[in-house]
Formats: sequence, structure tokens, C-alpha cells
Amino acid sequence: MTVQELLDSRIFSAVNVGDALDREITVPFCCDLLSIAMGRAPAGCAWVTVMGNMNTLAVATLADAACIIMAEGAVLDEAAMKKAKDQEITVMGTELPIFDAALKIHERLSGKQA
Amino acid sequence: MDEAIVLKYEISPDDFTRAGEASSDVKGKLKQLGVSPEAIRKVAIAMYEGEINMVIHAKGGEITVEITPAQIKMILADVGPGIPDVEQAMKAGYSTAPDEVRSLGFGAGMGLPNMKKYTDSMTIDTTVGVGTTITMTVEL
Repeated sequence: MTVQELLDSRIFSAVNVGDALDREITVPFCCDLLSIAMGRAPAGCAWVTVMGNMNTLAVATLADAACIIMAEGAVLDEAAMKKAKDQEITVMGTELPIFDAALKIHERLSGKQA
Repeated sequence: MDEAIVLKYEISPDDFTRAGEASSDVKGKLKQLGVSPEAIRKVAIAMYEGEINMVIHAKGGEITVEITPAQIKMILADVGPGIPDVEQAMKAGYSTAPDEVRSLGFGAGMGLPNMKKYTDSMTIDTTVGVGTTITMTVEL
């Protein structure tokens, strides 16, 4: 499933649509501690988090995540939103808890969506 | 690319909004040079962790990146407080970061272990009260 296909599925709302929409999502990844995410987020992951500051965007870019999903209704702060736009990083949002959001992605990736 | 390409970055202290800019710039340049995505990811992660450390613990500093066909070398030099016990600092989970840093999602004590994990060599040259220089290489 590509980032575009995840956007098109309408499971999550589009917060910022970036470039690289044809990128394949490899796996969902859940973590709010940026120090851990930095070292562990797999390349091409859909990173589900509630942490919406500038550094989230930096970590996503440097760890090479495919996109960010803001769970639990969390929002990007103003500086982070600007950075997402400037760096063309795709960010989606949802009211779902982190696990449920990641599960939706997992189900899509494994072809088991309800 | 016969000669080394050398990039230099000044890191500002206490400026979390700019932390990561140097690493992002290096990432972009390596991409242009056609370096493999895996090597770019390693360099980006290791350098960003180092950059964040310089912002949190030191009064900023300078990062020099040397790129040759064989390897990428990162030299992170600060004039910060130095690391009193390097062995302890290398342990995953050990951190001296203040609460304000933790609230941003950092300070889990993963910085130095991550830097070691993602590089092929890492040396720490530190003197308390003088500063720290960390040299890391990623082989290509």
C-alpha cells in the first residue's frame, strides 16, 4: 500500500499532503519517545504518534518514515505544521487511539481489512 | 569524486527548532551524490542524535562531514561540559537531560547508543570542563 492509497482509503484525515506519495508503506510503527523512534523506526514505516512538535518531523525525515499519523486527535503545533509543508512530509490525523490506528494500517497491509 | 567533499555546520545551543537542519542538509547532499539509502539513513540518524546532544548538553559546536568514495566521516566537536563517565553514558537508558528536554520526547538515554549502533566506528574524546569531540564513520 502506498501513502497515496492510505490517503485515499479515508481511514485518516489529511493534515498535510507531501511528496513521495507513491512510496510503499512497509509497516506501522508506534512510539512517542523520539529518542526511541529515531533508532527503531523502520524505513518506509507509517509512524503513529501523539507527539506533534518540530522534532517529530525531523525524526520522520531522518529515519526515513513514509508518513506520520497523528493519533488520539493530537495536532501538529504551528512550527511543526510549517515544517511539514516546507519539507513536504505527509501527515494524517485520527481520533483513534495509537494501537487502533496502527491496527488499521496493519490490516490494510496484510489484506485483512474489515 | 576523487577528493574528499568537506561540509561544515555551526550548531546553535538551546535551539530545538533548528536541531536537525544540519543532518537534513547532509542527507540531501548524500542523496544528490547517489549514496545508497541505507548509508544515508545511518548517517542521518547518527548525526541527528549527535546534533541533539550538542543542543541539549553543550553550548552548541561544530560538525564537520568528510565524504569520500570509501566512507563518510562525521566529526562533532563541542566546548560543552564533557562526559564524566563515558561507559555509563553509553548505556541505553542513562540520561542527564533536563525535564524540559524530556517533554519534547528526547532524553531517553538512547542518543549515544544509537550513534554507535548506526555507525561502523565511533570514538569519543572528552575532557570534563573542556568539551567533547565525537568522530563517527559510515563505510560505503
